[in-house]
Amino acid sequence: MVQRLDYLKETPSQTAGPYVHIGLAPGAAGFDIYRQELGWDIAGPNAKGERIRVEGVVIDGTGNPVKDVLIEAWQANAAGIYAHPEGGGEVEDGFRGWGRVITDFETGEWGFDTVKPGPVRARRKLGSGPLHPPAHANDDWQGRADEAHHDMAPHINLWIVARGINIGLNTRMYFEDEGAANATDPVLNLIEWESRRPTLIAKQAGMRDGVQVYRFDIRLQGEGETVFFDI
Amino acid sequence: MSGPAEYYQRDRERHPPAYTRDYKTSVARSPSKALISLQQSVSEVTGPVFGHNDIDPIDNDLIHNYAKPGESPIGERIIVHGRVLDENGRPVPNTLVEAWQANAGGRYRHKKDTYLAPIDPNFGGCGRTLTDENGYYFFRTVKPGAYPWRNWVNNWRPAHIHMSVFGTSFSQRLITQCYFEGDPLIAQCPIVKTIPSQDAIDSLIAALDMNATVPLDSIAYKFDIVLRGRRSTLFENRLEGN
Ligand SMILES: [Fe+3]
Repeated sequence: MVQRLDYLKETPSQTAGPYVHIGLAPGAAGFDIYRQELGWDIAGPNAKGERIRVEGVVIDGTGNPVKDVLIEAWQANAAGIYAHPEGGGEVEDGFRGWGRVITDFETGEWGFDTVKPGPVRARRKLGSGPLHPPAHANDDWQGRADEAHHDMAPHINLWIVARGINIGLNTRMYFEDEGAANATDPVLNLIEWESRRPTLIAKQAGMRDGVQVYRFDIRLQGEGETVFFDI
Repeated sequence: MSGPAEYYQRDRERHPPAYTRDYKTSVARSPSKALISLQQSVSEVTGPVFGHNDIDPIDNDLIHNYAKPGESPIGERIIVHGRVLDENGRPVPNTLVEAWQANAGGRYRHKKDTYLAPIDPNFGGCGRTLTDENGYYFFRTVKPGAYPWRNWVNNWRPAHIHMSVFGTSFSQRLITQCYFEGDPLIAQCPIVKTIPSQDAIDSLIAALDMNATVPLDSIAYKFDIVLRGRRSTLFENRLEGN
């Protein structure tokens, strides 16, 4: 026998179930309980940058829309900064960068309004920096000006839960009109099968009320299956 | 100083796999291709931050957050309490915990729930709270009832409370379910049994906690939640002699 490591084990996931809305979006479940529901306003009123709308549907392995899904979005602001102590700087007052949406119970369509995020600093390449404490806590993630590495292309991180999804699915949504940035994005390039990369790229779907709409359909299984990540 | 570092990789052998034949809804909703493993960047080590102006103090009291004045829901009055910790055993303070559940009869206040047990006019069935500086949280509620669900012809969910937790990074995001000590339905439930090991299942069963009961008022169960831990920057710091 050897000494025991005294780490704890992560609590196992369980499905969010069909009634996830009661807990996370009670208005959609059909009742009014809280002073305010969280997650309906991602960018807030003061966010700089381009206002956009993102819409889509989640499709299951039979080709049908999933009508009881909940999606959370996590994104940087237009300057590529996350609203977090390690997010790389300050964000606009009221910018949270996080939101949650549910699908329409009849159609499975979901959508949210936000601002288009900016490029975000990529992690440093392995071995590209000295093994010493960075000058700022963020340096490992934010990189240094003299370091040769690419930013990550603008993207929105998504987390998908529903009845029948045993552990939340992580993916990323990139933008069709960021072709040059997407071409050098380290995460897209990590996907060995080039034919799968387009599953992460939202398509421009015209303007509505002066706002660019992007379409991002998510396929859980089978033909055109969206790339999901183990983060 | 402590620099940034990744979170420990998720032990996917402890979590349920995506495809679990006997929980039928998973069959068409499970990705068939392997997940792509991502070394974490700033996108994964950050996550939303919540504060006390986001929620109200009554939000964690399911006995009163929906009831008419002077009334309360039917059912066994319970306290569910515990700590949110990380895999290093450190408390996770100030993190949002959200909970939802059926009423004492096993019925959800949801327009899609058609079970014949009645809606309780004094029970909403959801609550939320922020952990304190020691990672501690609690809810007051009524014990949820078991309910039938369509999977096999005769499946019953054990009494459970759904729990959603954030932690400090999007990579820690977790939804799970809290079960109750002594419930014979736990061992039969196809959703519980999506979890591959008994040890992991046991970690979802809240223990009866007599020391935390309120005499003549409420019985208590303890339910600790563990989120992914984070690497330290041991080597980076030590090599420079700090
Ligand atoms: Fe349930």
